[in-house]
Amino acid sequence: MQDQKHALSFQDIILALHRFWARQGCVILQPYDMEMGAGTFHPATTLRSLGPKPWAAAYVQPSRRPSDGRYGENPNRLQHYYQYQVIMKPSPADAQELLLASYREIGLDPLRHDFRFVEDDWESPTLGAWGLGWEIWCDGMEVGQFTYFQQVGGIAVDVPSFEMTYGLERLAMYVQGVENVYSLRFNDAEGPHALSYGDVFLRAEKDYSAHNFEVADTAMLMRHFGDAERECGALVARGLAQPAYDQCIKASHLFNLLDARGVISVTERAAYIGRVRTLAKACAEVWVAGETDHG
Amino acid sequence: MAEFFLELFSEEIPARMQQAAAEQLAKLVGAQLAPLSPRDVRSFGAARRIAVTATIAAEVPASASELRGPKLAAPPQALEGFLRKNGAVREELVEEDGYFLLRLNLPSRPAGELIAGEFAQALAGFGWPKSMRWGQSGAFTWVRPLRRVVCLLDGTVVPFTLGPVASGDESEGHRFLTPGAFRVRSAAQWQEELRARFVIVDADERRERIRAGLRAAAGEKGLGVAEDAGLLDEVAGLVEWPVCLIGAIDPGQMALPPEVRELSMKVNQRYFATRDAAGNPAPYFAFVANIAANDGGAAIIAGNERVLRARLADAEHFWAQDRKQRLDSWLPKLDAVTFHAKLGTQHARAGRIEALAREIARALGADQAAADAAARAGRLCKADLVSGMVGEFPELQGIMGGYYAASSGEGEAIAAAIRTHYQPKGPSDEVPSGVIAAAVALADKIDTLAGFFVIGEKPTGSGDPYALRRAALGVIRIVLVNRFALPLRQILDVAVERISESSFEAAEKTTDKAIAYAQSQNVPVGARLSARGRGTVLDPASGKQINSRVPEIFDFIIDRLRVLLRSEGKRFDVLNAVLDTAWDDDLTRLIARTEALGAFLASEDGANLLAAYRRSANILRIEDAKDGPHEGTIDPGLLAEAAEIALADALEAVDREAVRRLTDEDFAAAMRGFAALRAPVDAFFDHVTVNATSAELRRNRLRLLARLRDVMHRVADFSKLEG
Repeated sequence: MQDQKHALSFQDIILALHRFWARQGCVILQPYDMEMGAGTFHPATTLRSLGPKPWAAAYVQPSRRPSDGRYGENPNRLQHYYQYQVIMKPSPADAQELLLASYREIGLDPLRHDFRFVEDDWESPTLGAWGLGWEIWCDGMEVGQFTYFQQVGGIAVDVPSFEMTYGLERLAMYVQGVENVYSLRFNDAEGPHALSYGDVFLRAEKDYSAHNFEVADTAMLMRHFGDAERECGALVARGLAQPAYDQCIKASHLFNLLDARGVISVTERAAYIGRVRTLAKACAEVWVAGETDHG
Repeated sequence: MAEFFLELFSEEIPARMQQAAAEQLAKLVGAQLAPLSPRDVRSFGAARRIAVTATIAAEVPASASELRGPKLAAPPQALEGFLRKNGAVREELVEEDGYFLLRLNLPSRPAGELIAGEFAQALAGFGWPKSMRWGQSGAFTWVRPLRRVVCLLDGTVVPFTLGPVASGDESEGHRFLTPGAFRVRSAAQWQEELRARFVIVDADERRERIRAGLRAAAGEKGLGVAEDAGLLDEVAGLVEWPVCLIGAIDPGQMALPPEVRELSMKVNQRYFATRDAAGNPAPYFAFVANIAANDGGAAIIAGNERVLRARLADAEHFWAQDRKQRLDSWLPKLDAVTFHAKLGTQHARAGRIEALAREIARALGADQAAADAAARAGRLCKADLVSGMVGEFPELQGIMGGYYAASSGEGEAIAAAIRTHYQPKGPSDEVPSGVIAAAVALADKIDTLAGFFVIGEKPTGSGDPYALRRAALGVIRIVLVNRFALPLRQILDVAVERISESSFEAAEKTTDKAIAYAQSQNVPVGARLSARGRGTVLDPASGKQINSRVPEIFDFIIDRLRVLLRSEGKRFDVLNAVLDTAWDDDLTRLIARTEALGAFLASEDGANLLAAYRRSANILRIEDAKDGPHEGTIDPGLLAEAAEIALADALEAVDREAVRRLTDEDFAAAMRGFAALRAPVDAFFDHVTVNATSAELRRNRLRLLARLRDVMHRVADFSKLEG
């Protein structure tokens, strides 16, 4: 954080990461056009980590965690934030070095800062997925998650992928040396177009918090959950993997909204997660079948 | 002899696995390289490597052995089978004593062959708690990707492959400070080269460096570091090149309860707390970086301070929010928290603990106000489970309840009782003291024990998922440390009755079994079914009817008491001897009796009397088998010899004295009284023939021995003593 005035803006961090991972051979994708709880849900990660074909992609994914909304009052918690996601299959032998090089690109020098790989067993019960890896710490701060995928959609992967997730806001706060997410410099413009993260997102955080916690129509959400579940099944039956998986993503987000509205009891909760996992597994199976059939 | 060296260099190994892996590696060398007689085996565990070195023989010595085959006269199939099995041909066999013999002459074998063969194969099956595949590994798994294998015999590479990695002689030092590889030539050179490359590979050395470094860093500010051996071990596994630093805590955040602040520091950040000269929490934290940074650590300290500020800001939020409500306002929410499907919610449990705490306090002689306070604390003790802070840090349950009770104006005694009600959490943890706190802590544990026994969730040999052994040990320690006189069976009865009311169906199913159990344990029972269909038994201590499940739970607690005594190096057979006589459920008194008896047995009089007891018991056993039992009143008119008259008199005197002392609960004095029996007993056996020719005299003398046994049984069943 030497010279934080010249630290990268929020959007420049994204651009720097794009350039870096593009140089490593990743296709730079755009965010998936659906609401999801984490970048891992993007089919470029879930579906593409399955099957035998090589794959490398990087993208930003808006992540929605309805329960984490704080009406814009908490400097560290958001119900909508950005993850920067990298996936490479097979995992490269120098994955750790690549990752550290990417931190250098955005101004974090490992000879000046204390970088660590701290044990983290990653698991997603809704996706039926797990992997081993680490939280990446920089000066005691978690600045990313590094995972070697072992299983996705209940299927042991053919070839383990390397997945890296950067929490962009938190990383940017560290790079810029600010203690409130809404104070992040979003761009480097001068004058009226100099915008902070708060200028861009504060209003939305307040409104979505109200929606998530107070207003969302729970009867409708439950109906939609059932619809998504049925549609997913129908599409799986037709072997249409990605459209089916879209419905799985939808169901997962609807569940998160219902959870935030507090209408799901502890026992029901496990059942809902199980239902989403069943969908994820069915989609994964159809996807893998297609990947191997058509070569 | 040759130096064997192996290093398995990988991506970061979880700290908690390193030491066990190093030990496993040493064992593997011991087992797999046994034919090479390994010695000086030494293994290492660090963040990115495990390694082992040993002195081994340069070769497996040649050996000769003989295998006996079938008889010469056996059918040819037998011979064919023997040849096939041993990969031999007929010409290799010799004939001896009517059998075929195969002489095997194993030539000597170079060490490298065994290492690259069987040893490398065993390495591939190394038992990591959790392992993984990666992009280049195929089906091979390791804890994290394996990057290099160094395997040397006297400095020369032993070539083999482990998964996707071929062995060689190149290793690496610190990831950032000295990137790139270096050549390994020997174990000593490896260790020194690593040190020069900013890696302390010996875990003990790392730990000691950190301990000293933290002390020095804190010392510069006139502070000390709070001891935490577990954290020290973990941190020693997270760094290769420990650099100890001190950061400041935001002064405003020192207003948080120290437990909250220090738990967040430890669990989330692996920071050590510091103490000022008076031992109070100081506004600094000590931590360990993995690098000597090029700015002297300024950026690292600033970064860690910022992270802690944000962490503690979270905690401050919960601390402020939680205290906006009174502790008792959370009670209804406990209805939504399941304790166990068959034992209801935490709300139901709080109700049971409330009643039980009151009962225990009363039994311990508390006045009305103290009993009320214990009940109130029992009612509130689980309320913090629904607080924001405990939601975030479950480890703080109880502690937060104590703080919130105080801020809700519940009073110091109630706050303290809530705070300590989970204690003791382990064998070295502090025990709640004072009637109110102890009553609540006992109620918590006794409700747990009673609950899980009633629903049939008893610990098995290997499994104790509800930590019932710990609960039982907690009960024992609270009672003994406070020297409480607690009628344990009656309290267990109250607890079981409460549980049974809430889970009546579950109770009914096991009634028969419980009664059978009570009877099998030889409890002097009038086992019967009460009107409500549940079994009761007689409590021998109080003479009251108690639930038939109680003896089983009581025995479970006593069993823990035996384990405790054993772990303290005390004789548990003495406890058994006392238990079988006393039917006592006052643990403090039981231990007093046990200790008094133990002291007596250790004395010369005691040892002598025990010998006499055994001699009489033997005689009685033999004679009773002929025409016993020989019980009944001694006929003074038939006492012929002076020695038997003296013994009879002594027995009556000692018995009267013993009864008096036991009533006064002066067990040591009661035992000491028995010393008076020694001389008359010795004289009796010296001068009196028990098996007199006169049947009358014989019967009377056997009755005298039975009397001796019974008098001694007033304090303990001496037949239960071992050795």
